[in-house]
Amino acid sequence: MNIPTELRYTPEHEWIRADGDLGTVGITDYAQDQLGDIVYLDLPATGSTLEQGGKLGEIESVKAVSDLYAPVSGEVIEVNEDAVDEPEAINNDPYGRGWLIRIRLSNPPQLDKLLTGEEYDEHITREMEENTD
Amino acid sequence: MAHPYIPLTDQDRAELLEAVGVSSINELFGEIPTEHLDPKFNLPPALSEPELLAHLKTIAAESTPGLPSFLGAGAYRHYIPSTVDAILSRGEYLTAYTPYQPEISQGTLQTTFEFQSLVCELTGMEVANAGMYDGASSMAEACLMACSVTGRDRILLLDTVNPHVIDTVRTYAHGRSLEVAVASADDVSPSGDDACLATQQPNFFGYLEDLSAVGQAAHDAGALFVVSQDPVSLGLYKPPADFGADIVVGDGQPLGVPLSFGGPYVGLFACRAEYARQMPGRIVGRTKDIDGKTGYVLTLQTREQHIRRERATSNICTSTQLVALAFTVALCTLGKRGLRQMAELTYHKAHYAENQISALPGYELAHDRDFFQEFVVRCPIATADVNRRLLDEDIIGGYDVSDRVENGLLLCFSELHTRAQIDELVKALGAIE
Amino acid sequence: MNDDFGATLSFDLSRPGRVGTALPPLDVPEAPLPDSRLLRDDVNLPELSQLDVVRYFTRLSQRNFSIDTGFYPLGSCSMKYNPKINEVAARLPGLGDLHPMKPAESCQGALAIMHDLQRLLAEITGMADVSLVPAAGAHGELAGIMIASAYHQANGGSRKRILVPDSAHGTNPATAAMAGFDVESIPSDKDGNLDIDALNAALAWASDDVAALMLTLPSTLGLFEPRIREIAGLLHEHGALLYGDGANMNAMLGRVKPGDLGFDVLHLNLHKTFSTPHGGGGPGAGPIAVKDALAPYLPTPHVARNDDGNFYLETPERSIGRLGLFHGNFGVLVRAYAYILSLGADGLRAISEAAVLNANYILARLRSAYRLPYNRNCMHEVVISGSRQKANGVKTLDIAKRLIDYGFHPPTVYFPLTVDEAMMIEPTESESKETLDAFCDAMLAIAHEAEESPDLVREAPTRAPLRRLDEATAARKPFLRWMKDA
Repeated sequence: MNIPTELRYTPEHEWIRADGDLGTVGITDYAQDQLGDIVYLDLPATGSTLEQGGKLGEIESVKAVSDLYAPVSGEVIEVNEDAVDEPEAINNDPYGRGWLIRIRLSNPPQLDKLLTGEEYDEHITREMEENTD
Repeated sequence: MAHPYIPLTDQDRAELLEAVGVSSINELFGEIPTEHLDPKFNLPPALSEPELLAHLKTIAAESTPGLPSFLGAGAYRHYIPSTVDAILSRGEYLTAYTPYQPEISQGTLQTTFEFQSLVCELTGMEVANAGMYDGASSMAEACLMACSVTGRDRILLLDTVNPHVIDTVRTYAHGRSLEVAVASADDVSPSGDDACLATQQPNFFGYLEDLSAVGQAAHDAGALFVVSQDPVSLGLYKPPADFGADIVVGDGQPLGVPLSFGGPYVGLFACRAEYARQMPGRIVGRTKDIDGKTGYVLTLQTREQHIRRERATSNICTSTQLVALAFTVALCTLGKRGLRQMAELTYHKAHYAENQISALPGYELAHDRDFFQEFVVRCPIATADVNRRLLDEDIIGGYDVSDRVENGLLLCFSELHTRAQIDELVKALGAIE
Repeated sequence: MNDDFGATLSFDLSRPGRVGTALPPLDVPEAPLPDSRLLRDDVNLPELSQLDVVRYFTRLSQRNFSIDTGFYPLGSCSMKYNPKINEVAARLPGLGDLHPMKPAESCQGALAIMHDLQRLLAEITGMADVSLVPAAGAHGELAGIMIASAYHQANGGSRKRILVPDSAHGTNPATAAMAGFDVESIPSDKDGNLDIDALNAALAWASDDVAALMLTLPSTLGLFEPRIREIAGLLHEHGALLYGDGANMNAMLGRVKPGDLGFDVLHLNLHKTFSTPHGGGGPGAGPIAVKDALAPYLPTPHVARNDDGNFYLETPERSIGRLGLFHGNFGVLVRAYAYILSLGADGLRAISEAAVLNANYILARLRSAYRLPYNRNCMHEVVISGSRQKANGVKTLDIAKRLIDYGFHPPTVYFPLTVDEAMMIEPTESESKETLDAFCDAMLAIAHEAEESPDLVREAPTRAPLRRLDEATAARKPFLRWMKDA
């Protein structure tokens, strides 16, 4: 599983790349692998306000639906329309072309509460073990 | 005991028990509290095929089959082409499971795609689902969907919609705490609280509604325009899409489906492409396999119960696939010309009857409005008595609507009624004063 | 010769001027047609000769798997033999052609059949009364949960929660939500039974707010709930109801009455347990059975009999209302009725015994190669896991597709959600030992292939009308109807 170390992660498998008070959000390689071929995205409109941990949208594969959660609070300033049109980008390049939204953070210290790459790796290792008994 | 439906012989039983490692089948029922195992079942002893058929034929004969009938009111007798039963009886369609394994279910999937296509062509709408239980539950699901789409929680229907359909909508709406209001067709004024304005075409009493005006009223209020339309009438009249319908529903029974004492029928459901992901029910889409061959699959499944569970667009699972197939085969057999012909014949027969009946002293047409296959007459005596007198003449009359129209009788005609049968009806009605 | 059968639909075979049937000529004077503004110019329907129609749909049928052609080991579906005599029964004049609005006095025969079926199903389930209105299992669930809601409303409470086991079929929570309830999931314990401590906790935490628990018995894992009476007792103590999802009734036919175990309301699937044909996805019927206290709430209409012995349709005094156009899928009801009469009590009992024995035989033959999540006997269906094979990169999906190459329909896969790489197998009583052995031989062969030549499994099927289909593109770019020049 690809887990870039410069990113921060949530236990619900979102990542965030922060640059000052701007952040880019997506789902992890593990998440896209679990979901399978992604077919549809339900993302918030630009200008909407998100609360950390609140539901920000939904992502659908052929056989599953998953809720997306906001890693931090802030305002949505951009939505990746290319990913909406061609969701396979999320499967192919989840940390690059498969980004989902850009957000202006209202509370940057919230980033410190998120998981590091190492912590996220441990988290998914545990999850994978639970699934194969 | 040996039974044709259970191949397990004594020899088989012994071998299976040995492999399982128990000495009797009862050991496999060991978790069941003994006080609840093998209670007495008060059931008749098993009948063989000849006995069963004799028994059922006796019962069936009590329904006096074969009499001419002028009943409509939601279920319609039209010609069912001989191809329909021949195809439906094929075990490959009849005994197939839901097509979750598309590689070996192309028969079901492709015929469903045909069904969806035919419903779209008939109604003029962009997408259609694979069918629902019947026209009433389709209407109910359409109203629920309108509430979801608009975010409003009031459903408005015209009072000329089939009362059984209105009642069904009420039952479904009650669960979601949605309000249901019924407005007079003469006074349609939806408000900003209404998620939809729903109408039936032709209406329950047989008459054509002004879909233009109703559609306009709905959209002016920001409500969805829902139309339930008789499929045979769509061989003659402009489809609801031409009047701005957002959702079109109805029952496919008039095409290829026997009356069967009320079911199974098939609910039609079609809507604008923008609402496709909120449609309830199964949907089949076209795609390719890894060799590049064209095939069909269940798609947009994430709307459904087996994936979304409590957040599904509907709880529907098994619906009415085989009945949708009957509709499909009937329409493919009738074809463009056949459907038009069926609609025209029906129209002319009904109008001939109306002419003859309105000339009878004591009988009055309830309305001077356009109709397709049904209309209401006011009778000289109580409707129930009229029907009784008709039955004495071996004629099954019409539907009693005297709760809405004084001594009102709703009569229905189709291409299957001969002139002689219609003349007999008129004669019998004329003899009543 | 066109090898791409799926690319040619009826619309593509159409040629202007061809007709598939003829209708009688007009024998009455023509009336003036409606205003041309209301008339449509054309309706785009196919124009095919009758042979075109027959050949197209017949060849298409040959691309379908079916019970008549092969074995479906589908868990919780009870894909048993659909007797042909039931087809004859449904088509009898006086049954197949009866208008639903015919006055009761002239359809006594049909009403008699419905009344008798109500009684037979009540007897089989040990309940007080039955409604034949619901058109499918999920429809029956909706009726049953609405009845629970109405009952509680009438008895002073407005309870907002329905408890559902985490192993439940998706229709259970979907139904509860559709009926306006909040759904709470109750976990299973390590033996696969409902976690009674969790149930107790859920009840204690919101004791006046739980309307019902929806329970499938045997469970979707094919396991009987040994503490069922205790579960019923707990619920009743808190004033809640026990709803039974009767999809797995085939395990108990003729041997156990759910009513005796404490169920207040349940639904049956006539297109599963009672042999009516599945039709590729319906029509079915999902009658509900209730205890006395709930009978007044049954949907309308209900078949009753007056003192003169005549049958009629009535509205129960506190009915939840109408659920459909008429009074049920009569065509399906007749088939189920014929089936029950063909079996009798002894026959029903023989069904559940054979069904349970067959499933345990499969368990015995497959346990060496596949992981068993629960080490105990099963009832009429067995749940196994493909997790051992996953270690070789072969998923349950692949095993399912490879079974197609061996001539079988796959079992239910990835359900219940509580078992990793689940496969749920229900043979039913219809299958002979030879068929069970052929199926098990295939499963063992595939387990071997998963180790020795996994590509064979992963690339399956290779012997089906089509190979694996691109479901992702179908969902990303939906193509949902015929289009000209597509």
